[in-house]
Amino acid sequence: MKHITEYRDAHLVHGVLGEIRRTVTRPWVFMEICGGQTHAIMRHGLDQLLPPEIELVHGPGCPVCVTSLELIDKALAIASMPDVIFTSFGDMLRVPGSACDLFSVRASGGDVRVVYSPLDALKIAQENPQKEVVFFAIGFETTAPANAMSVLQAQHLGIQNYSVLVSHVRVPPAMHAILSSTQNRVQAFLAAGHVCAVMGYWEYPPIAEKYQIPIVVTAFEPLDLVQGILMALRQLESGSCKVENAYGRVVTFEGNVPAQQVINRVFMNCDRKWRGIGEIPDSGWCLRPEFSSYDAELRFSVQQISPEESPLCIAGQILQGIKKPHHCTAFGTLCTPEHPLGATMVSSEGACAAYYRYAYQQANSRLHD
Amino acid sequence: MTEDQSTLPNIEGLVCAVPLGHSEQIVLGHGSGGQMSHNLIARLFLPSFDNPALRAGDDAGVVIPQPGTKLAISTDSHVVTPLFFPGGDIGKLAVCGTVNDVAMMGATPLYLTAGFILEEGLHVEVLEKVIASMRSAAAEAGVHIVAGDTKVVQKGKADSLYINTSGVGIIEPGIVIGGNQAQPGDIVILSGPIGDHGIAVLAARGELGFTTDIISDVSPLNHLVAAMLKAGKKSVHVLRDPTRGGLATTLNEIARQSQVGIHLNENSIPVQPGVSAACEMLGFDPLYVANEGKLVAIVAKEKAEDVLNAMRISRYGENTVIIGEVKPDPAGRVLMRTAIGSSRIVDMLAGEMLPRIC
Repeated sequence: MKHITEYRDAHLVHGVLGEIRRTVTRPWVFMEICGGQTHAIMRHGLDQLLPPEIELVHGPGCPVCVTSLELIDKALAIASMPDVIFTSFGDMLRVPGSACDLFSVRASGGDVRVVYSPLDALKIAQENPQKEVVFFAIGFETTAPANAMSVLQAQHLGIQNYSVLVSHVRVPPAMHAILSSTQNRVQAFLAAGHVCAVMGYWEYPPIAEKYQIPIVVTAFEPLDLVQGILMALRQLESGSCKVENAYGRVVTFEGNVPAQQVINRVFMNCDRKWRGIGEIPDSGWCLRPEFSSYDAELRFSVQQISPEESPLCIAGQILQGIKKPHHCTAFGTLCTPEHPLGATMVSSEGACAAYYRYAYQQANSRLHD
Repeated sequence: MTEDQSTLPNIEGLVCAVPLGHSEQIVLGHGSGGQMSHNLIARLFLPSFDNPALRAGDDAGVVIPQPGTKLAISTDSHVVTPLFFPGGDIGKLAVCGTVNDVAMMGATPLYLTAGFILEEGLHVEVLEKVIASMRSAAAEAGVHIVAGDTKVVQKGKADSLYINTSGVGIIEPGIVIGGNQAQPGDIVILSGPIGDHGIAVLAARGELGFTTDIISDVSPLNHLVAAMLKAGKKSVHVLRDPTRGGLATTLNEIARQSQVGIHLNENSIPVQPGVSAACEMLGFDPLYVANEGKLVAIVAKEKAEDVLNAMRISRYGENTVIIGEVKPDPAGRVLMRTAIGSSRIVDMLAGEMLPRIC
């Protein structure tokens, strides 16, 4: 792929790593917000190449991981209904609800389909006018514009049999929640590049100022990641706490303004429950009242259930950077990608799955902890 | 827009859910060729049909019906959507899949059988095209289709056409190839770039929103295997075609069967730019994407060069490379030195490969 190999250039990466080693004087804790960054770090083994003073903890930016159990159970209930075609991003199919997952619903006869975009779901709705087509609109600011667009398109085209089950979450409130926690260890953030591609980084200066913490917008390739770490490290070592952009080839301060306009037209802020973390005020997006006819929660009256969670899983603490996957007693033994106890082991962006898949040393060191 | 959180979440005691684990019901992941498929075999099929040939867990079962005669027998059912894709179709796949499974035991494939499950309403023209493709693949491989069966099911009870093929081949004396034969010091050889088939089929479904010029690599590999064995009959320890589950899953199977550590070098694993780009966009790792015309070989170090050269002058082996080596540790694991010089685990595919969200 054009422009990928340059950002994986071993020589350049090692040059930046050398600069990191020369700059660091004491231990620091960084959090990469996005699960995509966590996976890139583990996939390329970057953590092994960093000096021991630099500790990376893994943030909550895995949409599959933080979608609340209640909402997944609602999705499962809707997907099981006759005359419903339930559409979802592929990753979501394996995430366990209280009793089953979307794979099981499909195996039991439910019409569950993987789509690559909500606009594909809209197309399915057009092609199946006698069916109700529901799209599971999960994710952070990255997926919100396309999900919002599908609602606008449905309205524009007069498509009545399309609705969305909305579970959108936003990054800045999660950063507030992490930094306000008494257990917080994070001293610098690598902000999620893809989220900032949509939202810009105008939301971050108040956070950097309030908590006196450096925030560096960072992309996903090895060179991007070490560059983001170096910029944040220089700030930490010099006592600075600014918002910087290490992903200038894509991200601007304002972000993608038309995309934000689409989001704001369709969605409004709401409180949102994060799986493994709990409710964070104002941390989600839900449909504005004028679009309530597209709200799957209203269209299908789904009974409230009280979900049961595994007492072993520490996903909540992992998503906040308080613990690491290999600190969990179930990691790699009772909890594996085939038999996940928590969403962090399910998603390709989940921190536990990343450790399980890539990190030989960490996985082994658990035995000696 | 700024936030000021006065109420903070309670972070203690909130945890995740325990899923069913899919031990009660078959889901698509059980057919992925990855860990879930393995678990199903270990739990259900193996205990029921247990015998040494099956227990070996190779691409084909090896049996000795009478002293001096060693046969490799394999069977494979083919379900693919769409039936025709760039570089091949279900017919070519059905012949090559079984020919290759037999060849991976070092056997010379001789005879195939073919069973067809047809959906009511299938156009005969489609079937004719598929049959012609099977005939031509069988001719190239030098095998004869000597028995067959046809069943028709009601419309909606099958997806147009499924084909099962079984194959048998003879293993010459002196050839000992199996997943448990990898030895420390051996060299890992790959016959060409990975991921072509999986991406070609995915793109042919027209769901990706982008097009690629990637062509499936589906091809019969028995002549390539014959050339390898000619160059180093006793030095080829393991042969396997990394189909579903991809190279990563295949190497994990070998590492477990032989109880050795397989060490790969990321820089030496070839991936075509189109495959690499499609994988980046979908969040796939080419190591887990299916191939239908590649093989991975584990060969004694002293003969590795000879085998490599023999492969490079054979059809379908032109792009053969060395991708790693076998060490005693960590037993049962595959490790990879990354392009930037770190090391990571390469695990099996868990269930179905799923595209990422963003």
